[in-house]
Amino acid sequence: MAERKLRVATTSLAGCFGCHMSLLDIDERLFDLVQVVEFDRSPLTDIKHCGPCDLGLIEGGVCNAENVHVLREFRENCRILVAVGACAITGGVPALRNNIDLWDCFREVYQYEAGTAKGVLPNDPELPLPFDKVRPIYEVVHVDYYLPGCPPSADVFWKFVTDLVAGREPTLDREMLRYD
Amino acid sequence: MSGHFIIDGRTIPFRAGQTIMEAAADAGVYIPHLCHRPGYTPHGSCKLCTVDVDGRPASACTAKAQEGSIVENDTPALNDDRRALTEMLFVEGNHICPACEKTGDCQLQAVAYHLKLVSYRFDHFYPARGVDASHPDILLDRNRCILCDLCVRASRDVDGKNVFEIGHRGIRSRVIVNAASGRLADTDIDVSDAAVRVCPVGAILIKRRAFAVPIGKRTYDLKSVAEVAIEEVRAQREDEGG
Amino acid sequence: MTHDEVATACALRHGRSPTKLLQVLRDVQAALGHLGADAIDAVARALGLPRVRVEATATFYHLLHAESHGVYEILFSDNIIDHMQGKNELLEYMCERMWLAPERVSEDGLVYVGSTSDIGLGDQGPAALVNGAPLPLLDHNRLDLIAGLIRNQKPLSEWPPMLFEVATNIRRGDVLLAEPHAPGSSVARVLEIGPQGMLEDLERASPRGRGGAGFKTAVKWAACRAAPGSARYVICNADEGEPGTFKDRVLLQAHADLVFDGMTVAARVVGAAHGILYLRGEYLFLVDALEAVLQRRRDDGLLGNRILGEPGFDFDIGIELGAGAYICGEESALIESAEGKAGRPRNRPPFPVTCGYLGQPTVVDNVETFACTAKIAVRGGAWFAAIGTPESTGTKLLSVSGDCARPGVYEYPFGVSVRRVLADCGAKRPHAVQVGGPSGTCLSWREFDRRIAFEDVPTAGAFMVFGRERDMFEVARNFTHFFAHESCGFCTPCRVGTSLLSNHMDKLAAGKGSAHDLTQMQRLMHIMLTMSHCGLGHTAAKPVVETMEKFPETYERRLQALDYEPAFDVDGALETARQITGRDDAFAHVDEDRS
Ligand SMILES: Cc1cc2nc3c(=O)[nH]c(=O)nc-3n(C[C@H](O)[C@H](O)[C@H](O)COP(=O)(O)O)c2cc1C
Ligand code: SF4
Ligand code: SF4
Ligand code: SF4
Ligand code: FES
Repeated sequence: MAERKLRVATTSLAGCFGCHMSLLDIDERLFDLVQVVEFDRSPLTDIKHCGPCDLGLIEGGVCNAENVHVLREFRENCRILVAVGACAITGGVPALRNNIDLWDCFREVYQYEAGTAKGVLPNDPELPLPFDKVRPIYEVVHVDYYLPGCPPSADVFWKFVTDLVAGREPTLDREMLRYD
Repeated sequence: MSGHFIIDGRTIPFRAGQTIMEAAADAGVYIPHLCHRPGYTPHGSCKLCTVDVDGRPASACTAKAQEGSIVENDTPALNDDRRALTEMLFVEGNHICPACEKTGDCQLQAVAYHLKLVSYRFDHFYPARGVDASHPDILLDRNRCILCDLCVRASRDVDGKNVFEIGHRGIRSRVIVNAASGRLADTDIDVSDAAVRVCPVGAILIKRRAFAVPIGKRTYDLKSVAEVAIEEVRAQREDEGG
Repeated sequence: MTHDEVATACALRHGRSPTKLLQVLRDVQAALGHLGADAIDAVARALGLPRVRVEATATFYHLLHAESHGVYEILFSDNIIDHMQGKNELLEYMCERMWLAPERVSEDGLVYVGSTSDIGLGDQGPAALVNGAPLPLLDHNRLDLIAGLIRNQKPLSEWPPMLFEVATNIRRGDVLLAEPHAPGSSVARVLEIGPQGMLEDLERASPRGRGGAGFKTAVKWAACRAAPGSARYVICNADEGEPGTFKDRVLLQAHADLVFDGMTVAARVVGAAHGILYLRGEYLFLVDALEAVLQRRRDDGLLGNRILGEPGFDFDIGIELGAGAYICGEESALIESAEGKAGRPRNRPPFPVTCGYLGQPTVVDNVETFACTAKIAVRGGAWFAAIGTPESTGTKLLSVSGDCARPGVYEYPFGVSVRRVLADCGAKRPHAVQVGGPSGTCLSWREFDRRIAFEDVPTAGAFMVFGRERDMFEVARNFTHFFAHESCGFCTPCRVGTSLLSNHMDKLAAGKGSAHDLTQMQRLMHIMLTMSHCGLGHTAAKPVVETMEKFPETYERRLQALDYEPAFDVDGALETARQITGRDDAFAHVDEDRS
């Protein structure tokens, strides 16, 4: 019996929010979930900074400076940090750019692409600067668990969280294990 | 000389000259493998098939079965090592399964499922070994290649051509093709070649086939890598028999 | 001459045999400067091989290159001993003098400066190769001289010969190096006692292979003699690629007849008509002298048909050169290489004694092993067995280098203590010795009473001395780079493992190590040790394992208190974006020094 609710923070770094959508796909089990879980910083709550949490779920890889700040904030505050989805685990689809020179990326996006402001490269300090390569989060901070899938299915989330709440070592059944 | 040996406590027969892998498969015992394919000359490079033979590690695909030997295969320790080896293959290349046409039909992926590869600890190399889309029907993405040498053997031994070789060395090893331009389009490869179909991963792909079978209904969506491997061998034996 | 004409001429020199592909490629590169796509095509046509096979061989070897390396190619030897003697500083000095960046040909196409694995001059480093010729004892003065010669575009033949002088530095000789040997005396003796008699003597003498594995020579020769085959071959392994080893070079420089006598004795015993001296490409400078010795032996009836007048005793020796690949010292990779292919070790069994060169029974032995067998033929097995220890008969040549007053080759009866060798070579405050090279054993000062012998500290011959001021972590890191560079890439554990391990060592060196790295390194080392295909992968992690165990403080010093640190430079990975956007504001950086 969980006396205290599990405090959970979630975020999407270089991801597509697909993992978050999949989490919501647990449908009516959401009601069961909120019995045992409360949300800290998350796109679901609009809390801006992560406070001390039991569990941090990270979707997406690390593609820019801001991602590192957020990821480190999560690592510092979350007892258990989880890499959620292919992007957080391997870089995923955003990492397809890793074979392309960053200069070429910028030129392609801001100079050659129709409709850009006369090919001006953006230099606003508000914009997070991109890294040479997109990296999985475990190459930046220590990660405790991994939930593979693109996105992981609702069942994967459910199994993981219920294992955790029940005090079991979280494991995935073979049928839940997919990288795509 | 034929005889019997023991694998994971089970006594199985072997015929003269058979490797541990072949004898095990005939008996329905799956040993994880990637560079081995029934009917091809054994290569012994991926090392996924490493088993303990009388207490010493050996590659099941190249080691001959020996009378009375005791082989360990499906043990937690060996599977831990194989999982690490599979992780090494993943980080060595660019394996972005959600963006790969081979997903669901890929042996590397299926073996990783079999071994329950979930967590990564080694850093990715993100190599830039080059993608060759020059051929009208065939795509070669070297960043997904696991250097199993099957395409080399298939082209040479089955197709009677020499389209592929492994060039360079060490971590820089990569598949090279038989053309001064370095382009697949300038070789004599044909889409019906065995070399095109033999690739266990998404490194050699036939173009415009991407979604002929939808994700969720593909080979390893329906069956485990072990089931598929054993069925393949059975089918082959029946062919030989009939 | 067109590429085709060059390729055809080179191919003809080697009988147009596809098995001579590597030799042809070496010659074509020497003629054309590099092996571009046209050259590969031309060689393929000249030898009737698929071009992809030619390219696979050409791209495998470090000393062959597809791009031009200029008129003068300078390759600095990259062993830890060269490093201790200032290799990096000298390389940079040379680059500055020539206005160029390392590993890149100068803009005028004149010169290239790079690095290569140990070139076998550990006793006279720092050393380099210029267009394949050795440059020992480099210092600023010599580099100034060389820079001038290059700028004036003087051909190597007009360079002062003293630049190329390679000393033998024989410091202590015993039965191999100090006793005189009459060329052919071993051959005459084997004709007297016959192959069976020789095998019996060999059994009595009981030598074990000097190349590292320590296999009983008598057993190997007997197996080859008994194996069915249409031809038999004798191969002398002069690949000597183990960093810190140079005793085979000295044997070939000073006692080539002894080695060739040994090969000829082997030929008589196993019934071989062909012998190959597989010489590492870095020893190109020995070829002329060795060919002269071979020719003299032919003239004296010691090679060729009817050796010493014996009907049916036909045997000759050809020299084949490697091209920069340590793995080609492994006997089955060597055979692949001698057959013109990339040097990837074969699956064994079958072993070379039954299925070796061209699929025929083959004896592969180390240079020193052949020298021993030549002596055994003359002096008898009992004489040899009385030297050394009961389990390790005879003497052992040691290549001594590093922190000592008298580097060079030392020959001792087996059983000599490490301490004795250290005293003889004038070791300076020795702290550790790497015996047998990177794949050998690291001994700390606590173990100097151990003995050089198969039953205690076996060795292929390297003996690198490290003084108290040396950082054994850096030694292991250098060795790790060596293995990553030399892995043939055939098997997963070694291909990926050596690179991952060397990345972890670099991460530690950069001060970013954590407990996490040590855990991953342990995992890697276990996998490399148990799952690799050949000896290279099995031993590649050994320097790290041993230095971790014997000098743990050198690792602990490098660990951050944190349990995890990224390997990549997080702030540095933003540099390109900063350049593109011209930004340098606070948000354009990631603070590395939080915590
Ligand atoms: C990676 C590797 C490199 C080797 N390099 C050499 C070498 O340079 N010279 C040598 O004689 N043996 C070398 N060996 C050992 C050979 O495989 C083989 O055992 C030896 O040539 C046999 O000769 P021996 O019995 O006279 O020692 C090497 C082995 C391995 C695994
Ligand atoms: S080749 Fe296989 S493992 Fe690699 S990305 Fe494609 S499906 Fe995934
Ligand atoms: S391309 Fe495919 S078949 Fe060829 S070596 Fe790579 S993974 Fe194997
Ligand atoms: S262990 Fe290394 S050198 Fe040996 S076969 Fe494997 S990759 Fe090649
Ligand atoms: S299957 Fe045996 S080594 Fe690859």
